[in-house]
Amino acid sequence: MSALNIKKGATSHSAYNLKAGYDDTVERHTLAILVENEPGTLARVIGLFAGRGYNIESLTVAETDHHGHLSRITIVTSGTPQVIEQIKAQLGRIVPVHKVNDLTVEGPSVERELALFKVAGKGDARIEAVRLADIFRANVVDSTLESFVFEVVGTSEKIDAFGELMRPLGLTEVVRTGIAALSRGA
Amino acid sequence: MTKAMTGAKMVVQALVDQGVDVVFGYPGGAVLPIYDEIFQQNHIQHVLVRHEQGAVHAAEGYARSTGKLGVALVTSGPGATNAVTGLTDALLDSIPILVLTGQVPTFMIGSDAFQEADTVGITRPCTKHNWLVKDTDDLARTIHEACHVATAGRPGPVLVDIPKDVQFATGTYTTKQARKSHYSPQVKGDITSITDLVKAMETAKRPLFYTGGGVVNSGDAATQLLRELVAATNFPITSTLMGLGCYPASGDNWLGMLGMHGLYEANMAMHDCDLMINIGARFDDRITGVIEKFSPHSKKAHIDIDPSSINKVIQVDIPIVGDIAHVLEDLLKVWKSRGRKTNTEGVSNWWDTINEWRKLDCLKFTQTGKIIKPQYALSRLEELTKKYDRYITTEVGQHQMWAAQYLGFENPNRWMTSGGLGTMGYGTPASIGVQMAHRESLVINVAGEASWLMNMQEMGTAMQYKLPVKQFILNNERLGMVRQWQELLHGERYSSSWSESLPDFVKLAEAFGAKGIICSDPDDLDDAIMEMITYDGPVIFDCLVEKHENCFPMIPSGKAHNDMILGENADTANAIQGAGGALV
Repeated sequence: MSALNIKKGATSHSAYNLKAGYDDTVERHTLAILVENEPGTLARVIGLFAGRGYNIESLTVAETDHHGHLSRITIVTSGTPQVIEQIKAQLGRIVPVHKVNDLTVEGPSVERELALFKVAGKGDARIEAVRLADIFRANVVDSTLESFVFEVVGTSEKIDAFGELMRPLGLTEVVRTGIAALSRGA
Repeated sequence: MTKAMTGAKMVVQALVDQGVDVVFGYPGGAVLPIYDEIFQQNHIQHVLVRHEQGAVHAAEGYARSTGKLGVALVTSGPGATNAVTGLTDALLDSIPILVLTGQVPTFMIGSDAFQEADTVGITRPCTKHNWLVKDTDDLARTIHEACHVATAGRPGPVLVDIPKDVQFATGTYTTKQARKSHYSPQVKGDITSITDLVKAMETAKRPLFYTGGGVVNSGDAATQLLRELVAATNFPITSTLMGLGCYPASGDNWLGMLGMHGLYEANMAMHDCDLMINIGARFDDRITGVIEKFSPHSKKAHIDIDPSSINKVIQVDIPIVGDIAHVLEDLLKVWKSRGRKTNTEGVSNWWDTINEWRKLDCLKFTQTGKIIKPQYALSRLEELTKKYDRYITTEVGQHQMWAAQYLGFENPNRWMTSGGLGTMGYGTPASIGVQMAHRESLVINVAGEASWLMNMQEMGTAMQYKLPVKQFILNNERLGMVRQWQELLHGERYSSSWSESLPDFVKLAEAFGAKGIICSDPDDLDDAIMEMITYDGPVIFDCLVEKHENCFPMIPSGKAHNDMILGENADTANAIQGAGGALV
């Protein structure tokens, strides 16, 4: 689901007003959580998802405000509208959580992910890998005579697509950062 | 004002500044510096319990009966792990308590040191928040912050883990006022939603107040406003187990407790109402029964300070996030300003229906023969103690439900029970905590013999501090509620649900230095209860009751509110069927 596609049942202005009732369509949401950077905060957030049986599809975290001692956690999760609202409310209860934003419903947002792909090969496969990398605007960040490491930045779909193309060309290892997301506009 | 002092001294100073006067605790290696400071002061009384679980439940009893913060102090490792049940209990029932734990010195953390446990890790899911303090300069600020978090918003348990070197080291004391915190839950409700609720109240034909522990937590103002609202609107009111006493049991509009073992009229009203006003309750599964059949025709409003309680279990039409007292004040204002309207005719017809249900007299029982029925024992206890300045605690099981059904509560903070977690062994230590706060009052723990044995060591605490708690044990030599479910669901195969090798409770009382009373004859019961009440000291009352009595009414799991098992001659065969069998 694209980030711009706001589904029925989730409302942007309310944390709990779900008129759709027991809608059982599963939605994918990107949540931005601003937390105090203190020991155990990430464990609290992850423990909440594990303890209450919610999904984590992707998780990214780093300190973003050094002076304010604040970290930003970006979580991609999925569930019915009721579950998503409950996840946000439960996150809001955690004492060191300052703010929870649902980027999927609060207007348009941009999502980016960085991935590194190690592709080993010789001859034509090697040439083809570089050509495709060029199309994807991937950078070569390491090379030997028998391998490349490509750096790709983009949406998760783009990274998935690049991975599929590299697989027959000698893909040996992948690492992904998980999604970083920001709302569009001021 | 800042002052240099040791961490251990800071702990005591911070508690004094927070107005704490009693701490329930048990010493050990990692808290010795704090105990040394407690020894050298007179502001805070320390109550030595016999097991750390007892310390936490006692703190809960203290907190629930006073509306203040309860405090427990335990050592590292086993001290902390023994506190886990009490912390979880306080989390589920929203009881404000502060647990201070000792920890091995900072330089030994992670080395599997003697009596080391990852206390903040273990207690993270069972506290509202917890802290490990690694620097003495942070200690006072953290304790002040912890007290704030425990009591602000939806109350709950907090824990501060203090390594031994932090207790010994000297640092700067931070005053209560200097605390900086972003944690400040919303207390005022959205006025548009409140107005929506008022409009619904004006037209509703079959309205119902469904109140819970949140009213108790919100404080005396909430109770007063609730009573004013009920009197002004003439709507019927029911309450969960946790909210008993907010509306007086003797009040005209009182329907009694609702839920799995709630009263017929209360559950029928929940099922048939057209406007349900949930005030500080959380649609617990003991209340709702099967969700699909829960109050199918009603518009539902929900007032709660915790946004995550709203739409968690039941989708509601009018959600209001805020503190009960604040919201009810605004609600009354709006309702009055719009002309104090209700659908008088509709509500009057609604009362006619309810009064028909009341005629069923679902708590009726017949005391015949020479064996005491538990319902009779509690009816007599109610009759003989209701004039007293009385506080009741309970354990968990059939006796707890009978106590909720047959005892009447005129005020909040008089009824201490483990509702959410259902902790057997809660009642005895809780009664000690209550009695510490109310030295002159009559404190009774209504217990079953099986629950009571779980924390009976605390009788030693009662003796040491001369706390005249009355342990009223309904002894059926069974794990009564387990047995009842085995009768209903498991073909009367009573697997491990009887209490064998029970102690002689009278001799046990005497061994502790307390008074023991045994009663098995209904004709002797009144005298025996009076003997218990008038004895100046702790009593263990062994009340031998009917062994196979079932607790009714009951909504069997998987059934709706209007599908209850009732009364004395209920047909219990195959009462629970299909998917209901998987529920607890």
